[in-house]
This record gives sequence, structure tokens and C-alpha cells, in this order.
Amino acid sequence: MTGRKKAIWIVGGVLIVFYCLFPIAWIVSLSFKSPSDLNNGSFLPSALSWENYELILTGGASGLFLPALRNSFGICLIATAISCLLAMFAAYAIARLDFPGKKLILSTALVVAIFPIISIVTPLFNLWRNIGLYDTWPGLIIPYLSLTLPISIWTMSAFFREIPWEMEQAAQVDGATSWQAFRRVIVPLAAPGVFTTAIIAFFIAWNDFLYGISLTSTSAARPVPAALGLFSGESQFVEPTGSIAAAAVIVTIPVVVLVLLFQRRIVAGLTNGAVKG
Amino acid sequence: MTTTTLPPTKKTDPVSAPDGKVSDRSRGERKLGWMLAGPAFFVMLAVTAYPIAQATYESLFSYRLTDPGNREFIGLSNYGVILSDPLWWQSLWVTVLITLITVAVELVLGFGLAMVMAKALSSIRPVVRAAILIPYAVITVVSAFAWQFAFDINSGFVNSWFAWLPGVAADTDWFGDFGTSIFVICLAEIWKTTPFISLLLLAGLAQVPEVLQEAAKVDGASWWQRLWKVTLPNMKAAIMVALLFRTLDAFRIFDSIFVMTAGANGTESVSFLAYRQTISRLEIGLGSAVSVLLFLAVMLIAALFVKGFKVDLGAARGEK
Amino acid sequence: MASIEMKNIVKQYGDGFPAVNDVSLDIADGEFMILVGPSGCGKSTLLRMIVGLEDITSGDMVIGGKRVNDLAPRDRNLSMVFQNYALYPHMTVFENIAFPLRLAKMPDDEVRRRVTEASDVLELKEHLERKPANLSGGQRQRVAMGRAIVRQAEAFLFDEPLSNLDAKLRGQMRTEISRLQRRLGITTVYVTHDQTEAMTLGDRVCVLRKGKIQQVASPRELYEQPVNLFVAGFIGSPPMNFLPATPEGDRLKTPFGDIVLDEKRAAAVAGHELLLVGIRPEYFEDASLVDEAKRPVGSTFRARVDVTEWLGDSQYAYIPYDAPDSIKAQLRDLSKELDSEELRTQAIVSIDATSRIREGRDAEFWLDSRKVHVFDPESGDNLTRDAEAGAELTRLATEDRLEHAQEAQGRDSDARGGATAVSVG
Repeated sequence: MTGRKKAIWIVGGVLIVFYCLFPIAWIVSLSFKSPSDLNNGSFLPSALSWENYELILTGGASGLFLPALRNSFGICLIATAISCLLAMFAAYAIARLDFPGKKLILSTALVVAIFPIISIVTPLFNLWRNIGLYDTWPGLIIPYLSLTLPISIWTMSAFFREIPWEMEQAAQVDGATSWQAFRRVIVPLAAPGVFTTAIIAFFIAWNDFLYGISLTSTSAARPVPAALGLFSGESQFVEPTGSIAAAAVIVTIPVVVLVLLFQRRIVAGLTNGAVKG
Repeated sequence: MTTTTLPPTKKTDPVSAPDGKVSDRSRGERKLGWMLAGPAFFVMLAVTAYPIAQATYESLFSYRLTDPGNREFIGLSNYGVILSDPLWWQSLWVTVLITLITVAVELVLGFGLAMVMAKALSSIRPVVRAAILIPYAVITVVSAFAWQFAFDINSGFVNSWFAWLPGVAADTDWFGDFGTSIFVICLAEIWKTTPFISLLLLAGLAQVPEVLQEAAKVDGASWWQRLWKVTLPNMKAAIMVALLFRTLDAFRIFDSIFVMTAGANGTESVSFLAYRQTISRLEIGLGSAVSVLLFLAVMLIAALFVKGFKVDLGAARGEK
Repeated sequence: MASIEMKNIVKQYGDGFPAVNDVSLDIADGEFMILVGPSGCGKSTLLRMIVGLEDITSGDMVIGGKRVNDLAPRDRNLSMVFQNYALYPHMTVFENIAFPLRLAKMPDDEVRRRVTEASDVLELKEHLERKPANLSGGQRQRVAMGRAIVRQAEAFLFDEPLSNLDAKLRGQMRTEISRLQRRLGITTVYVTHDQTEAMTLGDRVCVLRKGKIQQVASPRELYEQPVNLFVAGFIGSPPMNFLPATPEGDRLKTPFGDIVLDEKRAAAVAGHELLLVGIRPEYFEDASLVDEAKRPVGSTFRARVDVTEWLGDSQYAYIPYDAPDSIKAQLRDLSKELDSEELRTQAIVSIDATSRIREGRDAEFWLDSRKVHVFDPESGDNLTRDAEAGAELTRLATEDRLEHAQEAQGRDSDARGGATAVSVG
């Protein structure tokens, strides 16, 4: 590549990085603005202020934010774990076994994935109220499975398909039962795929807003995005912008950490990437 | 024509299995298959098929949660009410508008990003890749807030930064009317989801063999010709899948609108309309009918893609 | 160790297409059997039915006297080397080889002893702690073989194991597989489409075509007494030449002059109008280089040479000839079926490397008429096949094998007694 071309691609890369990080930088900057600074009309705060963080972590808004954070972590982790476990078995069956109904399962996953959430929310809202799941953790974990299961099944079956068929047959010829072949050959090869899928599923659950605002009413189960979205209404006398920005930064930290640590795998997972031995 | 030159096989009575009998292995495989895939299948069915059936049923009733005593079967009247209400058509128009704008821009922009990433030097590739994942991973609500605050008449910086543009001034209220509201909503959506599209397109791009490019170069094709005659036709499957998933996703838009405008100035999407009917106004019957209509619309789009554009989801997903 | 018997094996796929059609084949204990044929002939399917990775539609698969049709692969105690080796990428070479033993819950020190022994035989000792991804093609091949031999399996199955190696390594590994099999004396079934492998490795070779057995015989018998046009054309490289011929008394009229047949063969071909005469390239010679003593057993003819290829130790000449359209079509079909691109209306003739025959000129050739075969173009049957002579060739080969195996095993037990394993290759 010539020097000029090289420079063009580097500039392109820098532009992408700028494009991706600019709104994040803005909300971080906003979170450090003191209330008096908030409307200064400039991008950066005139002085760094921890006031907003104090407010949501220890101050008046902590009663709203901290339980929401706990709910978000708990509900998303449990939903991710369940969905990955179920998807792992299903994806193995789809990628490896020959049985009638495979197509049906895949089509179901597809339909569920494109399902408008609001169409599920309405009847669930009603049903959850009747059977006491409204505003509880299970009341969110169950619908979160509808968000995470389809993508988990797809991503994982794509990963599982990358493992050559012969590998498992070789194990069977070597004397393994189907279960042994699964556990000793497929699982170690599939573990990176399962892990990647778990991250993606976690992102999706973490991102949910509609279920969060519809199926909860108190801090007993309300996750962070829902708490954030409804925050403005709760305190009418203080401008909530700063606290929202600070809370937004805090809930963005986990996903940024995951992205930085596992970016290669996440990209592979999102694009059906290969397991390289 | 079979000839064996060793003594022929001793004739023994055939002890073959009767026709149609499935061997142990095959039967075991079937059982195992459903044992493993069954739970996931059942859960998916339970959390979607049941609710949509319930919604369909409830959409046939006049039913307010605050007034359960007056629940009454009214057939398709709810649908009649909705389809004759300009509110529904407005929200449908908003949804379609946002979908068209965002998907079109995302596709072009995403392809550009994919091209840059494909060409980016290996030294800066990890940085670009990590950066591109951030918008994808950030919560939609957070992204919506970031863009809302940026354009906000009080806390925003956009008005002061872009005051030199005609029509932008310190007191421009971006969320004050329909056009500018939709503009900001689309901007936020595009920022958040373009990276995902670009990753899908990048994967498609990687499937176009480099030798094809080289062959086309030798054949005398310009950069533009190579793009249109070699690259794009060979990544059609990836493009169509990206298009399908993004279209369906955009059509269900809710979070950004809720945060940024709360439906003001006629920016209500179909999802938002359904939400407001059910959760805010507790009009279960009407809300359910909107939900069912939205569901039908999404299925229609998917069917159009799969049948009309012949999107082969199997091939694109690497299935047989 | 065990014999493998197949009785009327049929494999029919869902669409009713029989990939393997009524195959009956006996493989003796300790025998090296080759399954060979062009792609799509059902050889791999047959192998996978033996090992249990493919269901058998009908027929009986009997291994070591036990019917195994409904047994899972793990209950058949066979070991297999896959085309892509199927090495477990997350395990070291040691663990790859040890895997079958681990599954059998063998104690650790026994596992170590056996893996060490196998890795000695295969010269893998220095690589035991490496991962397969860091090995060369030849080394991976050895690991796959190590995994097969580490266990006392009833039989070895090979599915085109050398097709991913380059030509030089292929030759080397071929010898190694052959020695190893002789030494262990274990029943082996080996699928290949490469006829060099088929000819050099097999005690007997089973030629398959469209799911049906054409001929099962020793390589020599296949070469010298092929049962039909298909086998004759498939075995041998460069392939056998097929010339159109019309019988006239004890003579065959061909584009390359008349060929005189002995009584028996003349009788066999009598009554046919149009025939195909099969002549292997090495039955020809530059007439000027043929001994006077040999001349009378063949015939001489003049023909124009199109191209010559000089290879140092040998030389080929290409001689075009004319054939009736029906024969041309027949030969085209045959070459299509054999996966070859040969233009069949030119004869490939092997002449001495010192011959000065030149391209584009007429030259005089001699052909040995004693060994030609005459085929019926309609059915493809070999009309002049000497079944007795053929059977004798296969019987001799079987005797050879048994003798060899005994010797090799004697050597092996001596070596083991001396606590040093003989290294192969």
C-alpha cells in the first residue's frame, strides 16, 4: 500500500473511532457537570464535579438507582445463564444431530426473534398481575428468555457447526457415547462460542427497556434502563439531567469492560465467526 | 457383473432387520435431539405463542383494567376503531418513515465502515473494532439520553456549536416540532445500530475472495466497477440478512421515542401507541388489538423479505 | 482382530437413491482390503457403514462373527483414520492418542505405556506435548494413526487418509501404512480413489461402480485379467487403450493393423461384429528396438505420432486413430465415468526411453498381441478373460500375505522381548 492510501485508511479509522465514542464522551462529560454548569452550552464542564455521582450513589437518588442496579445485574445474569444453558443443548442438537423438527425449532427461533416485544408485553402485563409475577425478578427473567434464547440458539449453532463433524464421529469410533463425545470433545471446542454467546445475550438483556417499564412498578424489580427512563418524572424540583448522565455512565461501564476484554470474540459471535483451534 | 475370485460367501439366512426399522443409533439420536432442544423450544413457545394468542383473544373484547365489570365481547370492533383513527395511521407513518430513513442511511454508512475496517491496518484494527462495538453494546436508553441532552435547548451543546448553520440558533427547540424530532431520533438510532450492520457487512465482505478482486483488476475493472460488479453481488446474502433484521428492528422502535419525545408532536410509533393504550391507559382490549396489528405488520415484512427478495436465511447463517 | 463379512449390503437414501447396492464382500482376518472407484461410487459410504457412522438399509454386517448392524460405533471396537484426521484441537498429541484409552477408563500408567509405545512406532516422541495445530501434515497423519493403533481394535479403517498430503509425503506414508499393517497383522479396510495406493497397498482390491462391486481381486489379477471395460479402464496408469476392432477369422482388424488371436480367444470373440480391443501402453514398442526373437508374437504397424513425452526413464507416444461414432460415444461415456479427461480416440503408447521416434512423423510400432483383451462394447464384458489364471494370481497373493504376516509378527515379538520397539519408516 502506498503512503497516501495508508494515510487515508488511518484517517478513516480515526473517524470511525471518533464517531463511535463521541456521544459516550459527551455523556461522561455531562455527568461531571455541576448543576450550575449544566446549561453552559459547551461540551466540557468548566470544573470537574462529582456531585451527580454522589447523588445517585449515596445521596437522595440512591434509593432509586442502587436497587435498580442490583435488579439489573441479578435479572440479566440469571436470564443469561438460563438462556445459554438451554440454547447450548438446543444448538448442539440442531448442529449435530439428525432428528425431525429441526427446521421447526429454527423457524420458531426466527419468529420469536422478530416478534414485536410490545405484542408480548400486553398480555404478560395482564397475566403477571393475575398470578403474582408482576414486579418480581422471575417476572422479568422469563420474558428476557424470549429476547435472548433465539439469538443464543443461532449464534451457538453457528459456532457448533464450525467444529468439524468428523471430530465427533472420531470420538464415537474411539469408543465414546454421544454424551461423552459431547462433553469431552464438543464442549471444550464449543466453550469459546458459549462464552461469546453469553456476552451477547447479556448485552441484549441489559439493554431491555420495554419489559422493564411495563412489568415492574417499584424498585423491587425495576432494572436500570427503566429506572432511568422514568427518572425524570420522579423528581420535579431538581433538574435530573446530571444524575441521569451519571447513572448512564455507571451502567455503561460493564459493557465497555466486556467489549474491551472480548472484542474479538464478540465480533466473531455477531458474525457467526469461526472457532480457530 | 459381480465377480469375486475367492470362494463365494457362505450362504446364510439373511438376518436383516425388517424394512423401515430405525437402528439404535438413529433412534437414540432422535430422542436425544428432542431431549436437548425441547426445553428451549418449549420456553420460546411459551413466552411468545401464549401471549400472542392471549392478545388476539383480548383484542376481541372491550376491556379496561380499571373497569373489569364492563368487559364485553365486541368482535372486531376494536380493529375498526383503530383502523379508522388517524392516530394509528400517524403512528404507522412515523414508524415507516423512521424505518426507511434509518435503514437506508445505516446500510450505506455501515458499508463504508465495513470497507474501512476491512482495509484498516492491523495495528489500528483492534482499536477500531473495540470502538465500533461500543455503540452496539451501549443501552439504547443511554444512547437516547446522550443525543437528547446534546440537542436539548438547555443542556445541549449542539445549538451553540452549529449556530453558524442556517436555521440553528441558541433557541432552536429540536424537540419542539415533528421534523426536527424525527431527525434527532433517527440520528440516535443510526448511531447506535450502524456498527452492528457494518459488522455483518464486514463478514460478508470477508467472504468475497481476494482473488476475485485481483482477477477483476487484471481484467481492467475500476474501483467502482469492482464494487458493483464483483463485491456487492457476492455479498448479497449478507446484505439481505442485515437489511431484514434491521428493518424489523427499526419497525419495532420504542425506547428512543419514549426517552426523547415521549410521543410528543406526533412522533408516536406503533409500539409506543400500543404501550400507551395498555400500560398507561389500561385499555387492554384496544392495546391488544394494536399489538396484534403490529405483529401482523412485522410478519408481513418478514414474509415479503423471505419470499419477495428470496433471502435465504439458511445460507446466510451458514446452514446447509 | 477379526474378519469382516458383508452380505447383500444396501444403503438407500431418503430419495430412494441406492448409494450402495447389494454388496457382498468377505474380508479375511488380517487382510488389507482396498475399496476403490471414482467419486460417488459408494466406497466411503460402505466404509462408514462398517464403522457404524451410517445406517445400513438392508443386509448384514458381520464383524468377528457378530452381526453389528444395530451397534453404535463405540460398541464395534474399530479404529478409523479420517480424511481430515479429525484430531481434537484442544488436546495435546499425547491426549489425542490416549483418548480412546481414556474413554475405556484405562489406568494412567497403562495409558502412558501404550501411548509411548505407539509414539515410538510412529516417531512422534518429541511432539507428544504439542497441539495438533502446530504439526505438519505428515505429523498430523501420524497422530491420527497413533490414535488408531493405540487400542486393540478389531480392524483399521482408513478413509482416503493420504489425500491431503503432497505427492512426496504421500509415497512415504503409503509405505509406512503398509509396513505398520503387515507388522500388526490387523484387518484393514482402506478407501481411496488413487489407484497407485490401491495397487501398492492392497492384498485385494474391491472396485466399485455406482454402488456395485465390479471385481474383487489381487492388484495383479485386476491388472491382467480385468472383468470388464470399467475395471480395465480404471486400473492402470496411463490407462488401457481401447481400439475399435472387427473380428475376421482368427484376426482382429484394428486401426493399427491386424491382430492375430490364439484359438481360444478367437473362439470367444466369434459371432460379434464390432468389438473393443484393450491394449495397455506397455504392450507397444518402437518396432526398431524389438528383438527378432520376440517379433513373431506380435504384429507391426505404421502410424503417425502426434506427441511424444520423454520422462527420462520412459517415453510415451500419442497416436490418434479413427473410430466409428458409436465407439467414440461409448469411450466418452466411459472416461466421464472414470473421472478422467483423456481423449480416448488416441492411443497412449509406452516406448523405450532411448527410442528416437519423433513427433509429427510416421513410425513403425510393434504390439504384443498375447496380452490384449477383447471387450464387448455393448455390455462392457471382457470376452477373453482367463478366470483361472486370474484366480491363481489372487491365490498366490493371499499365500504371500499370510507368509509375510507370520514373519513380521515373529520379528515383532522378538523385538518386544528385547524391550526395544522397532521403528517403522
